[in-house]
Parts: sequence; structure tokens; C-alpha cells
Amino acid sequence: MSPPEPSGADAFSGLPGNPMMWVLIASELLVFGAALLAFSGARAFDPAGFALAQAQLDRFTGLLNVMVLVTSGLFAALGVAAVRVHKPGVARLHLALASLLGLVFLGFKIAEYRAEFAAGISFESGTFFTLYFLITGFHALHVVLGIIILAIVGVFATPENVETGAAFWHMVDLVWLLVFPVVYLIR
Amino acid sequence: MKYQSQAIAKWYWFVAMALFAVQVLGGLLAGFIYVQPNFLSELMPFNIVRMLHSNALIVWLLLGFFGAAYYIIPEESEREIHSPTIAYLQLILLVAGTLGAVLTYIFDFFPGHWLLGKQGREFLEQPLWVKLGIIVAALMFLYNVSITVLAGRKTAITNVLLLGLWGIAVFFLFALYNPNNLALDKVYWWWVVHLWVEGVWELVMASVLAFIMLKLTGVDREVIEKWLYVIVATSLFTGVLGTGHHYYWIGAPAYWTWIGSIFSSLEVIPFFGMVVFTFMMVWKGRRNHPNRAALLWSLGCSVLAFFGAGVWGFLHTLHSINYYTHGTQVTAAHGHLAFFGAYVALNIAIMTYAFPQIFKANPYNQVLNMASFWVMSSAMAFMTFVLTFAGAVQTHLQRVLGMNYMEVQEQLSLFYWMRFGSGVVLIIGVLMWLYAMLGPRREVEIAPESVYSPAE
Repeated sequence: MSPPEPSGADAFSGLPGNPMMWVLIASELLVFGAALLAFSGARAFDPAGFALAQAQLDRFTGLLNVMVLVTSGLFAALGVAAVRVHKPGVARLHLALASLLGLVFLGFKIAEYRAEFAAGISFESGTFFTLYFLITGFHALHVVLGIIILAIVGVFATPENVETGAAFWHMVDLVWLLVFPVVYLIR
Repeated sequence: MKYQSQAIAKWYWFVAMALFAVQVLGGLLAGFIYVQPNFLSELMPFNIVRMLHSNALIVWLLLGFFGAAYYIIPEESEREIHSPTIAYLQLILLVAGTLGAVLTYIFDFFPGHWLLGKQGREFLEQPLWVKLGIIVAALMFLYNVSITVLAGRKTAITNVLLLGLWGIAVFFLFALYNPNNLALDKVYWWWVVHLWVEGVWELVMASVLAFIMLKLTGVDREVIEKWLYVIVATSLFTGVLGTGHHYYWIGAPAYWTWIGSIFSSLEVIPFFGMVVFTFMMVWKGRRNHPNRAALLWSLGCSVLAFFGAGVWGFLHTLHSINYYTHGTQVTAAHGHLAFFGAYVALNIAIMTYAFPQIFKANPYNQVLNMASFWVMSSAMAFMTFVLTFAGAVQTHLQRVLGMNYMEVQEQLSLFYWMRFGSGVVLIIGVLMWLYAMLGPRREVEIAPESVYSPAE
């Protein structure tokens, strides 16, 4: 038996998928974490204004989207399970369903934005909405990127690739699980 | 040195060293004008001296990067540079452009001329013909090194180095765009200034440090490459949208205050990564390379870059803080330590490593070289502290109490005197280093031949 390597060189060993994806995931969590921290900080300065603005958000659609993304995460996980037992066809089907639910999420999100724009709300309607559009818009871009990544790993469906894509996808739905309560619910 | 064409680097570095001397002398002069404002006010006004100081810095650092590329790429690609002739022509072109720019700054033979005159753009003051010359030189350079890399062995170090160098050239193109709308001008101006030093230059820095670590510590290439990719990924991830921290008060939409604050506060991560990387490699290294001066400069580079670029950058990057500190001496403090730590120390590190190899000598004058590190670094650290205090006082008097700019400057004169003093000490350090590199080779290290073989 060879002696164990000193720790540090392989801090990522044991994580599924490509280690570079975990660097990206850690960076993304830091960015969203900083954004939610900034949001909470700004709320502390103006609780009344934030409560007023928050009341204009569509909580039901936001909650619906939690369900959609969590379910989509289930399909991504089933895809990983399938590819690990050498069933790439089944894995592709699950990844396609996961992506489809990603599109449903985007559909709801766009409907939400449209209603807000129709009500005269924009990027410049105060700090609450600037941060709301930044955080949710940035998250929606990640859903788009996630769908592209799932498509790519679906085409090249090796276990490592699917694990890498699913890890990103889970990060995207985890972030929404954090964004939804902080932006939509907490008063 | 295994390849003849690596010697091209030497000429780039000689010119870089000369401009380094010009840069610090310009800085000393500017520092003196701060305390004696009428000094040379007719012959060489402050704005010209400052222009010399900042532009000489940028040009010598770039020449240092070119030299580093010409030194590193043959060794990594395991072949000679495609065309040494083009490399020397490129250097001649760059020297001619530099002289042209300096003469234009000082004498301004063609005031206001579209091709030959100054453009009045801070950091991008080169007359148009010099800008075009720089682009031609960049094309020659990229052609030369890209052909070499494509034909030879591909490594993570050359890939990242090339990505950085191509980025430098591509973003420089935005220097040609000079719209009349000042807000729009600044938006794209930062695409050169910010995306260079907080984007693609960091790629050059990481790859050069990785090369030095590979040679000095003997750690496996695979381990070094993993670190390199992580550092590069985090620096691009944070640095690109971090541009937003320059868009706070120039007339850009308000959401940039948030994008800039969030992403730029994470810009400290790649710099922290480089500190951990360099120290971890030295700790894990199986080899005691005799060039201890190069090792000192490399470790100093990552540490001082972390403090100068990372910590001092974070000090005033949040928009709610920058609202008060913008354009005060806090910025000057950050700028000085960041440039010194990240890029000056990097260039000195690679030159200190490579010069003995180019001269086919064992490492020489190491005690003097290492002493110069401590002199320069202490002087720069002192200057940074002094300017930070000056900036804090200035922020309070000028931005909080609302005193007049010139009244506040009066209050800062003690700090400016101390800054001038640290400038004098810094120049002593620079002269020590130049003498250690170029002077008679004494105290030559005797070491077994085997340690000079490259690591794989």
C-alpha cells in the first residue's frame, strides 16, 4: 500500500463529476450568497419599503417554481442513477424531462416578469426591485445555462459527464430554494 | 536555458529594466511635486510626470510579460521560437513607439493632431500612431508565439499564458474606440484598464508563477496544473463582472452598483488562491533549488498581491464605501501596492529566476537581491500605509465635513512628505536589485548540476 497523499492536493476527491464543476459551484454559491446578504442588508435599512414592494410579488408562482425545480432535480438524480448502471438511454430520457421542467420554470418566470412590467415595475423601481430583478434574472440565466449543460451531457452521456451536469443542475435548484424564501417570504 | 531563442527574453528585459528606472524616477518626481507643487511646473507639469510614471509602468510590465513568454514558451513547448527575427523586430517597434509616446508627452510637437497628437485619455494617452504600432507589434507577437505553441508540446501553462496574452491584445482594441460621450468613453475605457489588470493579466501572473513553482519546487506538473485552472477560473469568474465597480458614478445604470459590489468583493479569491498555491508548492516541494532569491520574490509576489490587490481593493470596492472614498488617496494606496505586489514582483521573480539560466551561470548576488526585496517591499508597504491614512483623513475632511479640496491637501502634507521618503527608499531598493542583476557576479552559488534539470 502506498502512503496516503498529504491533504490539500486533492481536496475535491470523492466529489462526483469533474472537479472544475465544483469550483464553479462554490463560486456561484458565493455570488448568490453575497447577493442575498446584500438583499437582507438593504432590507434592514428600509423594512417598510421592502415589505411594500414584496407584497407586489407573485408568491404563488414563486412557490410553484420551487416545486417545478425540485421535481426537475429528481429527474436529474434519476438520470445519474441510470447512467451509473449503464442505461444511457434511460438517463437521456430523465435528463430531457429535467430540462423540460427547466423550461416550465422559465415559462412561469417570464409570465411573472410580464405581469410585473405590465404593473409598471422595472429595474429602476427602487432597491428592492433592482435586487429582485438582478438575483432572479441571474438565476434564470443559470437555468438556461443548466439546460444547455444537461443537453450536452445527455449527448455525451458518460457517468462522469452526467454527474457533472447534474451537480450544476442541483446547484441551480438549491439556489432557488434559498432565493424564494429570502426574496418572496421573509418580512 | 535549453533553447537558443530563450535569449530573446534578455533584450525585452533589458528594456523593461531601463523603463522600470524611468518609472520610479518619474514617481519620485511626482511625489516631490506633491510636497513642492511649483517644482518644474513650467517645464514638466504634474500631469505629464504622472503620465510618464503610469505609462512607463504599464509598458515595462508588458515588456516583462513578452520577455517571460519568450523565455517560458520554448521550454514548455520543447522547441525554438518560430521566428527570432520577428521577435526582435517587435521589440524595435515597441521601443520606437515608447520613445514616440514619451517625446509626444514632453514636447507635444503636434498638439491636437488626430494621428500624431495626444488624446487626453488617462492611461491611454498614446497618440493614435503609437496605438496602431502597439497593435502591429501585438499581432507579430501573437503570431510568433502561437505558431510556436501550436507546433510544440501543449501544456496548461502555455495554454493559460496564451489565453492571457491574446486577451491583452483583444482588449487593447477598445483603446481605439473614443466616443464623444464621456460616460460611454469610460465604459469601454475600463474594458482595457480593468479587464487587463483584474482579468487577463492575472492569467499571465498565474501561469508565470506556475512555471516558476514547477522549476523551483519540483512538485508534479499535474498538481500545479490543477491549481492553475482553479485560479484562472475564479479570476475570470469574479474579474469580468467585477468591472462593474468602475461603473458606480460614471453615469451607468444603478444596477451596476450591486453587480460591481458583489463580484468585485470576490476578486480577492484568486489572489488568496495564489498565496495558498505558492506556499503549498514550496511546502510540498521535494527540491531545494539554489535560486532562493527567485523563490522569495515569487512568495512575496503572491502575498503582496493578495494584500495590495485583494485586501486593499476590497477596502473600497463596496459602492456604499466607495461613495465616500472614490478618487481619494485610498485609491492611490491600493494602486501602488497592487501593481507592485502583483506585477512588479512577478516580473522581478521571473527575471531573477531566468537571468542566471540565460547567462549560463549559477545563481549570483542572491543576498543583495533578497535584501532589495525587503527594502522595496518595506518601502512600498510604508507608502501604502501612509497613503491609506492620508485617504482616510481626506475622506473625512473632504467628503464627510465638506472642506475644500485644496484645504484638505494642506492637511495631508505630512503624509505626502512621508510618501516621498518611502519613494526615496524604494529607489534605493530598485538600484540594489538592478545592480544585483546586471552588476559583477559575486557570491556565486555552487550546487550540484542535477538541480538545474527541469522538473516533469
